[in-house]
Amino acid sequence: MIEVKNLTKHYGHTVAVKDVSFTVNQGEVLGFLGPNGAGKTTTMKIITCFMPATFGTVSVAGFDVAENSLEVRKRIGYLPENTPLYTDIMVEDYLKFISEIRKIPKFQVADRIKSIIDTCGLRSVLKKDIGELSKGFKQRVGLAQAMIHDPDILVLDEPTSGLDPKQIIEIRQLIKNLAKKKTIILSTHILPEVSATCDRVIIINDGVLAASGTTEELQEKAEGDSIVYTTITADSKKVEDSLKSLDFVRSFNLVSKLTSTKNRYKITVKKDQQDVEELIFKIAVDKGWVLSELYSESLSLEDIFIKLTTTGQ
Amino acid sequence: MSVIFAILKREFKSYFVSPVPYVLITIFLIVSNWLFFNTYFMAKEASMRVYIGQMPWIFLFFIPAVTMRVWSEEKKLGTMELLVTLPVKDFELVIGKFLACFFFLAVCLALTLTVPFTIAYTGAPDWGPIIGGYLGVLFMGTALIALGLFISSLTENQIVAFILSLLVAFVFLIIGENLVLYAIPDFFVPIFEYLGFGSHFMSITRGVIDSRDLVYYASFILFFLFLNVKSVESRKW
Ligand SMILES: Nc1ncnc2c1ncn2[C@@H]1O[C@H](COP(=O)(O)OP(=O)(O)OP(=O)(O)O)[C@@H](O)[C@H]1O
Ligand SMILES: [Mg+2]
Repeated sequence: MIEVKNLTKHYGHTVAVKDVSFTVNQGEVLGFLGPNGAGKTTTMKIITCFMPATFGTVSVAGFDVAENSLEVRKRIGYLPENTPLYTDIMVEDYLKFISEIRKIPKFQVADRIKSIIDTCGLRSVLKKDIGELSKGFKQRVGLAQAMIHDPDILVLDEPTSGLDPKQIIEIRQLIKNLAKKKTIILSTHILPEVSATCDRVIIINDGVLAASGTTEELQEKAEGDSIVYTTITADSKKVEDSLKSLDFVRSFNLVSKLTSTKNRYKITVKKDQQDVEELIFKIAVDKGWVLSELYSESLSLEDIFIKLTTTGQ
Repeated sequence: MSVIFAILKREFKSYFVSPVPYVLITIFLIVSNWLFFNTYFMAKEASMRVYIGQMPWIFLFFIPAVTMRVWSEEKKLGTMELLVTLPVKDFELVIGKFLACFFFLAVCLALTLTVPFTIAYTGAPDWGPIIGGYLGVLFMGTALIALGLFISSLTENQIVAFILSLLVAFVFLIIGENLVLYAIPDFFVPIFEYLGFGSHFMSITRGVIDSRDLVYYASFILFFLFLNVKSVESRKW
């Protein structure tokens, strides 16, 4: 549905996006991640025909954004970053204005507006000027204008920023419901949101594609390391000596000193190593250490994100 | 067409939701009426020559004040991004906004019709120059709108747009004036005279509608609308 090929964007001398390629299939929700200034918004602006790429091509529903921009724009609903909206117009009039520009047939306009008002929870502010709305309600108006023509493709730049927790859950639910029929790209800094709503994730860092795949695939890419936290009362030098030398231990760190001999350690363990807890427990028993904590966890999306965006790969 | 109309409608409505346009209209009416009646009752001349003659100088401030926010505000608010990613052609945006300003001007001019009616009530005016005068004012105002809109599209700062439009409009007003024409080499005189507003404005207000003047205004307006479309497209450069 959306095909981005070797996309590069220069702003004067700064290179915002470098040779990024990815595709989004019909009916897929793609999460777009990356630290501030990574190039997410830039990529979205190119997909939505706001500005052209310096190099590379983007096609949406088979139409090239440079050559057939009007066809592309008809099919996309776009929520720009920071939700820019007119301030001096009533919510209802604004939605009517967008419906007219989107050429929604006159007899459907009332129904479309009614249904979008319900989905976005706008009934109470219909007669208010947009300028008077709180940030969260502005965000809802932004979402409403993006969806009013029932587009096949939604491009949402940080759609849940500024919403209250209840509304965030509602919007996520809405995105999930829409996902069955629509193709969606959304950028976000809230990582649990990605696990909650997205089929696939793309991480870009410094304009370069750092990783792409499902959340599970990314976990594997991040070498599938799992982490074991353990608190042991024993001489820290001895603990380090005997645990660090184990062949499945990738790294060994002292996290915090609780008392002079009681310490908390973080151990990163190579993937595919089974029963790590048992092995550590046995060593502790053999050496006569007091073990007061022992648990392992797999890398969260946060860990993967940090890992992929700080080391570059 | 429906798209242009939708833009025109929103734009035109937006003029009347804030107090600014009401203030503008009021100032426009008070200043122009004051300047007129101030001389009218002394001169006892049943014509609008004076009134029409001062209009370019009022427009110099009035039109830039109307056009300054039209694009600048879209840029500043960031709504430009939403607007140009809607399925709308750039020229439709430009025409829609241009027409909205044009109708605003038309409303303002309609509100000054009290003046000719007052004259008709107190004397027996010659209607030819009055109608010509209104046409001349409308043409010139429309030309200044095209100019002001283009300049507004260059900056996100309304004040900058206002001052720049005023300066450029001022240049077009004076380059055809005798004071300037005396000062420049002979070779340039006909060019300056043609480019300046003065000669075209004067001949229409005399009640003479010459196709050369219409061509002048039409090309002036189209030229700046064209530049405006280019400047909206310039995000793509
Ligand atoms: N109009 C512009 N002119 C010059 N440089 C720009 C412009 N817009 C963005 N950039 C630069 O391009 C890079 C990518 O910016 P972009 O807005 O795409 O990042 P982002 O991933 O959306 O970040 P965030 O998470 O903060 O929204 C940044 O280095 C930014 O400084
Ligand atoms: Mg961004």
